[in-house]
Amino acid sequence: MANQADQIFVLLKHWIVSIFPAVVQPYLGVVLSVVAIIAVFPGLFALTTVIERKGLGRMQNRIGPNRTGPYGILQPIADGIKSLTKEDIIPTSADAVVHFIAPLVLVVAVFMGFAVLPMGRNMQLVDMDAGLLFFFAIGASTELSIFMAGWSSRNKYSLLGAMRAVAQMISYEVPLLMSSVAIVMITGSLSLVKIVDAQNQYTWGLPHWYIFTPWGFAAFVMFCIAATAETNRSPFDLPEGESELVAGYFTEYSGFKFALFFLGEYLGMFSISGLGTTLFLGGWSAPLQVLNFVPSWIWFFAKVMLSIVVLIWIRGTLPRLRQDQLMNFAWKFVLPMTLLNLFVAAIWRFMGEGLLRWIVCSAILIGVYVIVGTIGMRRKKFGPRTYRYAE
Amino acid sequence: MLGEGILKGLKETARNALGSYVSKERLTTVEYPEERLPLPEASRNFPFLVYDGTDWESGLRCVACQICEKECPPKCIYIEKSKDKKPDAVGKPQFYPAKFDIDISVCMSCQICVEVCPFEAIKMNTEFELSTDDRFEGLLLDGKELALSNEYYHQIHPTEAAEVDARLAAERAAAEAKAKAAAAAAVAKAAAATAAKSAAPAGAPATNTSAVPASTIPAGPTAQNSTGTPTAAATAPPASQNDAANADAPRAPKTDTKKEGDAS
Amino acid sequence: MNVVFWILAVITILGGLTAVTLKNTVHCALALTVAFAGLALLFLELDAQFAGFAQILVYIGAVAILVVFAILLTRGSEMPSEGVFSRTWFAGLLIAAGVFSVLAWAVLHSTAALPHESNVPAVDVRQIGHALMGRYVLPLEIVALLLTSAMLGAVIVAMHEKGEQK
Repeated sequence: MANQADQIFVLLKHWIVSIFPAVVQPYLGVVLSVVAIIAVFPGLFALTTVIERKGLGRMQNRIGPNRTGPYGILQPIADGIKSLTKEDIIPTSADAVVHFIAPLVLVVAVFMGFAVLPMGRNMQLVDMDAGLLFFFAIGASTELSIFMAGWSSRNKYSLLGAMRAVAQMISYEVPLLMSSVAIVMITGSLSLVKIVDAQNQYTWGLPHWYIFTPWGFAAFVMFCIAATAETNRSPFDLPEGESELVAGYFTEYSGFKFALFFLGEYLGMFSISGLGTTLFLGGWSAPLQVLNFVPSWIWFFAKVMLSIVVLIWIRGTLPRLRQDQLMNFAWKFVLPMTLLNLFVAAIWRFMGEGLLRWIVCSAILIGVYVIVGTIGMRRKKFGPRTYRYAE
Repeated sequence: MLGEGILKGLKETARNALGSYVSKERLTTVEYPEERLPLPEASRNFPFLVYDGTDWESGLRCVACQICEKECPPKCIYIEKSKDKKPDAVGKPQFYPAKFDIDISVCMSCQICVEVCPFEAIKMNTEFELSTDDRFEGLLLDGKELALSNEYYHQIHPTEAAEVDARLAAERAAAEAKAKAAAAAAVAKAAAATAAKSAAPAGAPATNTSAVPASTIPAGPTAQNSTGTPTAAATAPPASQNDAANADAPRAPKTDTKKEGDAS
Repeated sequence: MNVVFWILAVITILGGLTAVTLKNTVHCALALTVAFAGLALLFLELDAQFAGFAQILVYIGAVAILVVFAILLTRGSEMPSEGVFSRTWFAGLLIAAGVFSVLAWAVLHSTAALPHESNVPAVDVRQIGHALMGRYVLPLEIVALLLTSAMLGAVIVAMHEKGEQK
């Protein structure tokens, strides 16, 4: 019975596919899964916009939207109608073809990332051997679409925003990959399905999630930071900072294209939260062994929504980072820490089971963090600031 | 330690978010239009006309003196004085404004009309929900819309209204007392004049200037700006005595010294 | 030689051709990106998963952006006046065709017999990793040093320029 509830979507898909003739069946299976993804994630996107606005409101001592529907639940419908009925303006000197294609490329690239996420037991679209690499390759393509959007608008501010966004995304791409490589090292495979299976074991009722290991926890923290920067979320949202650059690289977009960019950004948030869940939080496995009766896809989506809530929480708390602070942080702090983390993961692997490896790895990581933190937080000079380029 | 500030910030934000469900001080939203914040007492928006009593036409304090129209900086007040006089709240015949329009799209709420009004007839209202979809006619308030009762004035500006009422009552009482004293003095003068007439006719011109209050010649050469006041005080029935006192009351500060000198 | 191969081949060739004939340089760079994507898909069609995804990650994610930045930071981004095709489109086509024919001749004549049904075993990432860290570790380290020195040189040149400007 529990197995049935767990596999309900898989069984449903098999049943629908079996109705049709055999020649069509493989394609129909894939099409059904794709349709399911396209239906579910934008629905989650709509829910997330409401949660974000109300959550941010509560954090700022105010109520979020509460007029459209009870507790503002129908707000995304109102937003959708507004986006669809606004006039679609393309500036005369803009590059019309590239201007049109940019949001499409973004949305397509982001949707493709969902293809390898295992959303439940046996519930991934494609089980690729190099699934993780596919995900990162597709993530790199989104930078190109942002650049296309900024350049084709033929607007100084859009171009500046696009440059900043691309620089930020490239800088944080490296820590993102490096923190995932530690996982790959320990698991021994790039396939996301195998990574989840490796975490689906329990010792004394507690799971083997990688976040519960010292190097896994450090990697998770750095993955979070890099993921927030990759999706241009606060505190790394300088490219779309409203007070600085109007709307950054999507200044010249209106109506539905703007809604597509918005959709692309939130879907990027979902897919990278999904990846973080898969790599560090055990994907669809339950936290305690006794809770295995709850279907696996519920656990996956619960963890993803928890990650989204944490992202919203961080957005409501932290001020925006300046571009040079952002880049300094990436290259001078996060990247060396990820390399150290790789080293620590290797030590973990070669030390064999036992308490000793916990102590050694934790000591190295915490020691280096504390030392670098205290050295970096020292105020070196007091007095007026000097600027290198602005004299 | 690195990262400590971020964790403290996250804790504070979480306290805010979760506390907003339980404590009022962490959720300061006033859900307009179902709830409204009470306005402070000194707030003002656009002017209104005060009337005493229950009928706005008969109780309107405004006598169409047109001072506010002249003093208004953007000239948003338009007054047409009536041709006849109507008795006001205390019975004295006064001019009244046949038309009193204020264009609130022009009014800048400077309160000068309130400051210059000698009759405490125009005061500042606090009503701000005046949106309309007719940009010209909808924002031109006429006399009927502008007239609001003294009780309403007490509601919106209690201390100010109490002060105004006290002042008006005091002026009325002072004028009344003065009128009574003037009447008594007039009676005494009349008695003295008849006695003096029979005694010494040569003293009449000498006392002419001072006997103006007692003589039956109306409108003496002195700068009495209320015509017929002293004779009315002497011969008219007591009701008009009240009117005289009332009509004199607002002008009491200006003409006080003169009247004192003349009534002596 | 199935349908998928032909479609991908057409996409790649079209991307390459437009990259040499268009007037607007940034459009050319984007067409080049399409050609890269076509190549990556061809790799995937041949079951070389690592090569395909690495192609996307490196070429589209980094090289294409590098090319575009280079075009933007030089004068190539000035708006062309009219027309879609550049003035030298024929020369571009000719050179591209010449290079293609040379490479095709080299490939077709390289091995005596190209296998029709490729029994080449699919190489997975594990084997690539073993090879890189085992047999080819010296080239790997030398390439890493080369890249590091190139990056350091670029940073030094940029800082030197700024220093002179000051």
